[in-house]
Amino acid sequence: MFGLEYPSIQLLVEWPEFFAEGSWYGFNKITLINVLAVLLTAGIFVFGNKGALVPRGVRNLAEASVDFLDKGVLQQAIGHGGEKYLPYVAAIFFYVFFGNIFEVIPSFQMPGNARMATPLFLGVMTLVFFVAVGLKHQGPKYFYNACFPPGVPKALYLLVAPIEFLSTFLVRPFSLAVRLFANMLAGHILIVTFAVLTAALWGLSLSLIIVPFSFGMLVAMIGFEIMVSFLQAYVFAILAAVYIGGAMHPEH
Amino acid sequence: MSVLPTLATIAQEAGEAGLTAAELKNNSAATGAGLAYGLAAIGPGIGIGYLVGQSVQAMARQPEAAGTVRTTMFLGIAFTEALALIGFVVFILLKFA
Repeated sequence: MFGLEYPSIQLLVEWPEFFAEGSWYGFNKITLINVLAVLLTAGIFVFGNKGALVPRGVRNLAEASVDFLDKGVLQQAIGHGGEKYLPYVAAIFFYVFFGNIFEVIPSFQMPGNARMATPLFLGVMTLVFFVAVGLKHQGPKYFYNACFPPGVPKALYLLVAPIEFLSTFLVRPFSLAVRLFANMLAGHILIVTFAVLTAALWGLSLSLIIVPFSFGMLVAMIGFEIMVSFLQAYVFAILAAVYIGGAMHPEH
Repeated sequence: MSVLPTLATIAQEAGEAGLTAAELKNNSAATGAGLAYGLAAIGPGIGIGYLVGQSVQAMARQPEAAGTVRTTMFLGIAFTEALALIGFVVFILLKFA
């Protein structure tokens, strides 16, 4: 119908290397996006640090986002004493956001987090971080507290302890990773769908009627994806904060 | 005649229609993928709708608690949505892997 030919999934997410194909230092678009995201995150931390009486430029952005992360994420999710972990949560937030936002930047048009490697790494890093926080605040008793929540009848621990163990140490990093990955991949595929539809309908006699709709949807989807890339960074940051807060104090 | 055709009858019909085994596999993978995502979207759809509705009600009744409610709402959405997203991953795996 309409000569519509949908590109294969490999074409959408697998990019050829710019150089050094096949070797371990092969460098493709995803690597470039990740490097740029790291540089931008580091830039926020370095240039946002310059003290000035009247903040301007990057400093303004850094102050606004730190204020937002402190009031909107850490105070809500951890409460008092959570400010200590602001650097980690802020780094995660900015890195995920910059990786996502390349989805709508022309000539990139690919979210860096739509490949499983980056989100999985972030998820595992968060697991290591909150286990370390738990060990620091509660000592080795952290693992006991994590697996044996209080207020459960003794016999039920046979059932509860394995479930708690799995959900804390396996499902948490996996669900963090899958949530980010699937959201970004779904958004990428949506944008591609409407772009392909618009391109295929272009120049047909019917196109005058249909193209405005599919093109309008494409523009709307791009706006929606800007929102999603912010929202996913926010959700990742808030979940990391909740897990860190849960590791700081045992349940009671 | 049974309501659900058995695998054998599907294979027989496919053979009569001139489909090869690979095509048959592709077709059933596409059907399964569509079903997997469609069914996985039902529960989270209901869940997120209910969750956001209740949150809006809470915020309207108690505007001073809007910040806490919003944070908790996003947390709840994140957990509920995970099921739909796992369905989407299953879709990708069935269709393309």
